[in-house]
Amino acid sequence: MDQPPAIAERQPTLTYLNHETTLKSWLLTRDHKRIGVMFLVLVSFFLFLGGLFALLMRLELLTPGPGLMTAYTYNRLFTLHGVIMVWLFMIPAIPAAFGNFVLPIMVGAKDVAFPRLNLASLYLYFCGALLTVAGMVWSGADTGWTFYTPYSTISPTAVTPILAGVFIIGFSTIITGLNFITTVHTLRAPGLHWGRIPLFVWTLYGTSIIQVIATPVLGMVLLLVAVERVFNVGLFDPTRGGDPILYQHLFWFYSHPAVYIMVLPGMGVITETVCAFARKNIFAYWMVAISTFGIAFVGFFTWGHHMFTSGQSTFGAGIFGVLSMFVAIFTAIKIFTWVATLYKGSIAVTAPLIYLLGFIFLLMFGGMTGVAVATTSLDVHWHDTYFIVAHFHYIMVGSVLMAFLGGLHYWWPKMFGKLYPERTAMVCAVVVVFGFIVTFLPQFLLGNMGMPRRYYSYPPEMQYLHVASTAGASLLGFAFVGILVYLLLSLRYGRESGVNPWGSRGYEWYAGSPPAPQNFTSPPQFSDSPHDYSEGGEPHVA
Amino acid sequence: MNGPRDTDETSFLHDILMLPEQASTMAPEVDQLHYIVIGTTMAMATLIFTVALVFLIRYRRRSESYRPPRVTTTLAWEVLFLGLPLTVFVTFFFLGYHDFIRMNTPPPEAMDVYVMGKQWMWKFTYPEGPSSVGVLRVPTGRPVRLLLTSRDVIHSFFVPAFRLKQDAVPGLYTQTWFQVRKPGRYRVMCAEYCGLNHSEMWGEVVALKPEDFEEWMQQQKQGLVERRDAWPSEGEQELKPALLELETDSRQPQGEIMYASRGGLVEQGRKVAVRKGCLKCHTVDGTAHIGPTWLDLYQRREKLESGEEVVADEAYLTESMMHPSRKVVAGFQAVMPSYLGQLEAAEVAALLEYIKSLRSGRLEPRKTEGPVYGPTPGDR
Repeated sequence: MDQPPAIAERQPTLTYLNHETTLKSWLLTRDHKRIGVMFLVLVSFFLFLGGLFALLMRLELLTPGPGLMTAYTYNRLFTLHGVIMVWLFMIPAIPAAFGNFVLPIMVGAKDVAFPRLNLASLYLYFCGALLTVAGMVWSGADTGWTFYTPYSTISPTAVTPILAGVFIIGFSTIITGLNFITTVHTLRAPGLHWGRIPLFVWTLYGTSIIQVIATPVLGMVLLLVAVERVFNVGLFDPTRGGDPILYQHLFWFYSHPAVYIMVLPGMGVITETVCAFARKNIFAYWMVAISTFGIAFVGFFTWGHHMFTSGQSTFGAGIFGVLSMFVAIFTAIKIFTWVATLYKGSIAVTAPLIYLLGFIFLLMFGGMTGVAVATTSLDVHWHDTYFIVAHFHYIMVGSVLMAFLGGLHYWWPKMFGKLYPERTAMVCAVVVVFGFIVTFLPQFLLGNMGMPRRYYSYPPEMQYLHVASTAGASLLGFAFVGILVYLLLSLRYGRESGVNPWGSRGYEWYAGSPPAPQNFTSPPQFSDSPHDYSEGGEPHVA
Repeated sequence: MNGPRDTDETSFLHDILMLPEQASTMAPEVDQLHYIVIGTTMAMATLIFTVALVFLIRYRRRSESYRPPRVTTTLAWEVLFLGLPLTVFVTFFFLGYHDFIRMNTPPPEAMDVYVMGKQWMWKFTYPEGPSSVGVLRVPTGRPVRLLLTSRDVIHSFFVPAFRLKQDAVPGLYTQTWFQVRKPGRYRVMCAEYCGLNHSEMWGEVVALKPEDFEEWMQQQKQGLVERRDAWPSEGEQELKPALLELETDSRQPQGEIMYASRGGLVEQGRKVAVRKGCLKCHTVDGTAHIGPTWLDLYQRREKLESGEEVVADEAYLTESMMHPSRKVVAGFQAVMPSYLGQLEAAEVAALLEYIKSLRSGRLEPRKTEGPVYGPTPGDR
């Protein structure tokens, strides 16, 4: 316990980026870091595509009547916005990009347990994405990302290729989950017992369990919808003998836990950054770790809160409602812990810290409105209105985006060995947080007024709030372009970051920045707890 | 329960939250909880975030060499910080669930209206006969139970001013109820995405004084479709969807088409029962046959094969038409074919009304079968 071993055999000239540079060496790589970087490029592309659709929708909604586009185009836009953002960005974003990159390093491994499967996961994701985009070019789908039956089985649009695309992406998710679980169990370095596992790894582990359990249900239900569409088998359409409510149960059995697939890794990123930028140990390590599994477990039994007005039994609604309150409590544990970690810290105000504050803000206010919508009688008015839209954009999209951007900036030097321009980044971060709040705060009020979601035209008295929302979305658009530009420029013109620019004591900084091809040249030894800034004191690999 | 009164509607919170008017008896109660929940949660969130900001300023990094102390917590604090919000949240839940049960339990004296959603309009049918598209006329001061279904995809019947929403699902009947507090016109919107013109699937609830409603109903029964008085008073705001304008007369409630069908739903239901062959197996005079008799069937407690008991309400009767083998009454064979896809939603409504009309007169099932959660005395 006395002295962390010096694993300083970094070789600045030989990194995972430059030891091989051919295209083939990238496409056939089994290196988790390269796979992570490729995932990062792909998910960022889809973030921009999904964001573009969102902006087009917001522009259409500037006027109450028809504007830029027809209702048909609008309906396809919101569907593709949802499909792309959920399955092509939010679900893979943090686990597949950052998880792949830092998880093996954090546990002191050379790579994930199944490197070939890891590459297969990337290709499956790519194929699924390609199929989805093909369906989009073909004619798109106008069902909403929820594919509610029986509309989705009778819609004349190209629903089937998009279902198939999402189905394939599901396998990518499952494989990544299996890989992480196995890696955490089998490849931990000496000294890294369960009580020392970094909290980002804990959240990825919890996420992976949900991915492995829930995603097959999604695959199954999407397949059944496709079967009903293509072979006319009556499963969900009552005119063919099916049950439309059954679909909703199956869909939400996956899609509610899917919220935690998206949010839990984000919580992990935030836990890492709060420790790194406050230079503090996490306030309650075990509470954060346990609450991860609390969310993962209880999250499986709350799906019915999406169906309070569907005609499910009143008793059922009660059970789902009260269980939803417990998810809120597990989330509250984490929020309290992050805030308490700031106490008596040494807090550096940087771009990741601003994203951290944005994360806490959005998760907390979004979570509190979640408590409100879990109150059954209130949800009757809010269900399927903009209140719900605003609620899940705050809690789910907001937190994933903030964690994604926070993690991106925090690990940018780790990944590429370059510093991003801090001042510009802080300005963009403030604009992102502010833009996000301005976009969705009016939508809560629109929901109160009774604006249903997925509406192409709306009552004129609601226009001013829509205009405010569009203004916020435009701010977001500018900020994202700004972030893209300065990050890309920093790859070429950025200052060298050195091995550990933040002075972080996260385990991933034991390896070089950027790491060597095999991460470590000798097996690392972990002899201190993660984020321990009080004793020993020195940042890793200083 | 001493529900809040009209004065609430002009309150500060009501305005700042931009809630619509409180036109139903349920609305003030829902809003009151709304204020409590949103007020408390927003205060909690603001407090926590303020603490985070204070820490940020107080403990900002002043020196690179400063080593923060290791801070951890004790179990007592953890329990306190979890117990407090959990208590608050669970309290919210029970307050809301109490109201939710009331929202889902129509009072026994409610009048029935059948609601059918189809792409992209609402059709309302009264048991007495008349039906209309787009406009639901109801009396004020009397509970109205809606029995909803859909002809194609899922729709959702949403009246913001009533804080009311209920999905209309093809192949089954769902129910909800409301009681309007004052005459007026209230917007109905479809809240479940249903295809191309989802955002134009609007309708109206026109609430009339009870005597006006009676008069209107009498006229409709006589088939005087063109005479429609009882318009909302002059100067009242028009509710108009942005696009859908089926009719040009601006004084006419939105998109209304009236049907005068003589004899009412009961008569239609009898015809459907004959045409679809129901009466080959079910009798209407109480004698046993291949299937259970329809006489006094409505609200009867039936013992099932499985040993369970069900009350033969609209939901059960519809389910038995669509999935007859799911809940077979004890003593009968599961020989009935499914009528899924065979019966129009309107035909189901007519059959239900026909079955409901078959009363021997001796029994009064209502007296023995009160709803579990009745309307609270003194509320209206």
